[in-house]
Amino acid sequence: MPGAEPHIDYSPSLGDTVKTTTCYMCACRCGIKVHLKDGKVRYIEGNPDHPVNKGVLCGKGSAGIMTQYAPARLRAPLLRVGERGAGEFKEISWAEALDIATGWLSKVRAEDPRRLAFFTGRDQSQSLTGFWAAQFGTPNFAAHGGFCSVNMAAGGLYTIGGSFWEFGEPDWDRCKYLLMFGVAEDHDSNPIKIGIGKLKARGGKFASVNPVRTGYSAVADEWIGIRPGTDGLFALALAHELLRTDHVDTAFLARYTNAPWLVVRNPGGADDGLFARDAEGKPLAWDRARGAIPAATPDLSAVLAGSYTLPDGRTAVPVFQLMAERYMAPEYAPEAVAATCGIPAARIKRIAAEIADVAFNQAITLDQPWTDVYGRHHETMVGRPVAFHAMRGISAHSNGFHSCRALHVVQMLLGAVDTPGSWRYKSPFPRPIPPGPPPAGKGARPNTPLVGNILSFPQGPDDLLVEDDGTPIRIDKAFSWEAPLGLHGMMHTVIANAGAEDPYSIDTLFMFMANMAWNSAMNPGEVIRILTERKADGEYRIPHVIYSDAFFSETVPYADLILPDTTYLERWDAISILDRPIGSSHGPGDSIRQPVVQPDRDVRAFQTVLIELGARLGLPAFTKEDGSPRFKDYADYLTNHQRSPGVGPLAGFRGPDGDKKGVGEPNPDQLQRYVENGCFWRHELPPEQSYFKHANAAYLKDSKAMGLIPNENQIVMQIWSEPLQKFRLAAQGHGAKQPPEHLRARVEKYCDPLPIWYTPLEQQMHDTTPFPLSAITQRPMHMYHSWGSMNAWLRQITGSNKLYLARERGEAQGLVDDDWVWVTSRNGKLKCQVKLMEGVNPDTVWTWNAIGKRAGAWMLTPDSPEATKGFLLNHVISEWLPAQEGFRSANADPVTGQAAWYDLRVSVEKCAVDEVPLTAPTWDTLTPPPELPPAPDMLRYTVGVKP
Amino acid sequence: MTCLPELVPGQKKLGLVIDLDTCVGCQSCATNCKEWNASGMSAPLPDFNAYSAGAEGVWFNRVHSYEAGEGAAGKTVHFPRSCLHCENAACVTVCPTGASYKRAEDGIVLVDADKCIGCQLCAWACAYGAREFDEDEGVMKKCTLCVDRIYNENIPEAQRQPACVNSCPTGARHFGDLGDPESDVSKLVAARGGFELMPEMDYKPVNRYLPPRKHVVPEQGKPVEDAPTALDIKSSLLRFMDKVLTR
Repeated sequence: MPGAEPHIDYSPSLGDTVKTTTCYMCACRCGIKVHLKDGKVRYIEGNPDHPVNKGVLCGKGSAGIMTQYAPARLRAPLLRVGERGAGEFKEISWAEALDIATGWLSKVRAEDPRRLAFFTGRDQSQSLTGFWAAQFGTPNFAAHGGFCSVNMAAGGLYTIGGSFWEFGEPDWDRCKYLLMFGVAEDHDSNPIKIGIGKLKARGGKFASVNPVRTGYSAVADEWIGIRPGTDGLFALALAHELLRTDHVDTAFLARYTNAPWLVVRNPGGADDGLFARDAEGKPLAWDRARGAIPAATPDLSAVLAGSYTLPDGRTAVPVFQLMAERYMAPEYAPEAVAATCGIPAARIKRIAAEIADVAFNQAITLDQPWTDVYGRHHETMVGRPVAFHAMRGISAHSNGFHSCRALHVVQMLLGAVDTPGSWRYKSPFPRPIPPGPPPAGKGARPNTPLVGNILSFPQGPDDLLVEDDGTPIRIDKAFSWEAPLGLHGMMHTVIANAGAEDPYSIDTLFMFMANMAWNSAMNPGEVIRILTERKADGEYRIPHVIYSDAFFSETVPYADLILPDTTYLERWDAISILDRPIGSSHGPGDSIRQPVVQPDRDVRAFQTVLIELGARLGLPAFTKEDGSPRFKDYADYLTNHQRSPGVGPLAGFRGPDGDKKGVGEPNPDQLQRYVENGCFWRHELPPEQSYFKHANAAYLKDSKAMGLIPNENQIVMQIWSEPLQKFRLAAQGHGAKQPPEHLRARVEKYCDPLPIWYTPLEQQMHDTTPFPLSAITQRPMHMYHSWGSMNAWLRQITGSNKLYLARERGEAQGLVDDDWVWVTSRNGKLKCQVKLMEGVNPDTVWTWNAIGKRAGAWMLTPDSPEATKGFLLNHVISEWLPAQEGFRSANADPVTGQAAWYDLRVSVEKCAVDEVPLTAPTWDTLTPPPELPPAPDMLRYTVGVKP
Repeated sequence: MTCLPELVPGQKKLGLVIDLDTCVGCQSCATNCKEWNASGMSAPLPDFNAYSAGAEGVWFNRVHSYEAGEGAAGKTVHFPRSCLHCENAACVTVCPTGASYKRAEDGIVLVDADKCIGCQLCAWACAYGAREFDEDEGVMKKCTLCVDRIYNENIPEAQRQPACVNSCPTGARHFGDLGDPESDVSKLVAARGGFELMPEMDYKPVNRYLPPRKHVVPEQGKPVEDAPTALDIKSSLLRFMDKVLTR
């Protein structure tokens, strides 16, 4: 019975307003268009004009509405009135909150600024927060990179002058073979997804080296189910094969890397392993006709192998010789590594042969002239179309720094760095190796700013932040002998060290957007214990805790003062050129957020609050000469702050007319210009600057002019790392600054100037026999880097997690899906449900991370699956390595201090039948802050269509 | 019983082509569909127990992940599921009130909420589980193929596509006229061996799925050269001694 079809409005309005801004549902920084009706968000879509996401938007970004209107949004400043952890707060005014914070902080600053530990989590405003910390005068600042990606950042920045993810990306338009290592989901989100789609559409091959076959690995043309923590060894076996079969781009190595540089061989001497240099300090290479001459000589005819006598009589060999000697050794042969990696030798050989075939037999030649730093004109650009990508799965192991360097060495052997089809730098990278001056932090004094950047780049022992006796200067021990290249700090050790008062006690812990009492802690139970611990005199071990968060997270109840933040749609913000901007291989760029929704709560943007606190504390950069505030708010700061003359947080639209790039006077209309441009600025590189940026004269000149790099010199990639050798020499007894005895052997071993592989530290230091399984985590794509668990839509997709293990192993233990099991490590045990699967390395178990929530948090009811079935693997991880001779090091990479989340080993046992089917361990149900309205049972979210 | 429109020569059949080779299961289609349609012509899409146990809402797109095959030879598949806008739409013919109907002009299957009595016969009839019942309003809802987007003059022409297609980051979703053999989507289906779900049911779904591309992974490495049992490092390096590398 066909009836009349109903009337359909084919062209409904999308709202009354559309505004562009930058997404913050993860760290990817996509451009979005937010459609509004009567001030409410009707629809968020990708901005088609935006260089990052080109109109697409992932599952998180498309669920932003539910984060914007989450019932867990904090509504006013809070002051603790009960015991820490009891969740008893009263709402206070901003005036009172800022008075209290200023009181605590001014006292600390006047007495000993080091006793402020200021740690921000997934902070995209580090160019402000780091600067503020330096102005305050404390060396104790960092964000979440220390437990996320510092192995990749340090491994890349000390090797090739860029890095995976933040400062580099595969040439998605041209690569023919993509090799992805480890868990890499969503670093970064949409560019990788767009890129994989393009690569597969044109018939390229995508191989994924990952213990788990989910996410991107699911669509890989080949899945290589490696054992966790052995990627570096696999990479070095690839290096072995490439060298053995002579599939090495020696011309690339000679031109663009330090392969021809001469290394002094003087075992036992203070110069052993350092570069031979001329009187001006320039590294030398061996020229066949002229002998030792500066490696930067334009017409150098370099030799790569052999041993040579320098004019001063010392012996020196090229870096290439040292590298080839090491990696051609039998220990790196595929046959030797196969069992450790869990990959048959024949397969390793085939993959090496495949990438060599693509690199050398399927090279790309672009008819694109360019000129190199030596003034030589090239008619074409020749590319090796093999691209690597790696991130968290490499990073989260205590051998991750060296594993990352090993990947870069393979890229260099292939000649596959910043060439057509290979991995490419994201401008403003490459930068000099290392890219900046040493870290600030020595000589902290009352009421005095530190000069320089707190998170910066040591070149050797003199740059470490240690006292004369080797004691760490920083509370987290970054840049000490425990973590000499702790470039991102070590947020995972701050509370543990403060609890142990090692190296000293702190007065105020000031945190932003870091869920340290739950999933951001390596051991949440220990963090909770320390935050609630009282000393003999009755005072809390950490007397003051200030926390800024937009939501009622698990950490809120453990703070004394809560400064409620806005959501990402409610504030001005910057993805600053001074921090980690949105540049791509196509050119530098940065972006902003603008407020698209007015807050309906008494909340303030954290950055604006920080600027006001800076003025109240009298920090010089935040105060005018007359003592009044220098900046009205964050927007004012973004526009008018100058880090050096003409250089500010945003590179675009500078100068009085807004026509200057990178360097130019502040432009009062700058933010408006960004808004008019879709909230981003981007400089598109001309084609002749697109590749070989490390040696491309025009690129380097223009980048220098824009203030992005300090000089126009070639950036020579460092296979042999001299800074590491300097640390090693110190450990061998040379120089004034040497590691303390208990760390001497460790520094000598792990500060190897060439990439090495070793069994992850935790696994070396305890008997792993009772714990046969590696245990790792990953975030689902729809939650990665996202405060997702209060999101009403996303939690329907994943509301609880299970422990996945190989079917054969599970069946051998009599386990079936949904069985409850105890997971035990050296550090503790937890209870969860299992699911058996095929696509997982047989010696590995894994789960989705950060799905488990503490009961009551995030305004979820205590019966929510996040609290009853969801679990954190963190509960069986330790922030410490097993103590040795009374000393315990952080469970971290020995070079960078990166948290070694993925080194965990566990056993799995079926629960007794009478055990309660609920997760364990659990803590008391959290009480929401006062006045937070209860969450609705049912949502009928809609805007503007129906009454 | 509701009638289906008669097919005419050159019948327009709007639908989706979904590429299982590149779907990474990111849920973009699911949540972007949800936010568009939450305020679209079938608004709202309620969420029950939104912040407690048993959370479950109305979604027009759902992505299922599962494994097929055993061991390393198996695959992990992300399978997006939504209405397939069948030619023989049993959900339409079963409808007692005419609420469920298939449009003659483009083949989109829709529900007229004013006529729907919430009997849910259509949900039982649909072999693909694509119907979504709004318990709160007591009416059936479903994918509209974003009929309020694809003809919407307030949207730039390039984005006049279903929300799920517009947002898909890997480009795994395509929209077009599968009744026109010359359309981009029809050509894509032909080139990639696109298939229909459960053809044995004879519902004649319009949507097509593209199978994973076949990449032959050789079992063994091709013999590069025999693996030496012991490497002579010195002589191996001699090869490199002879290379003089002029910049």
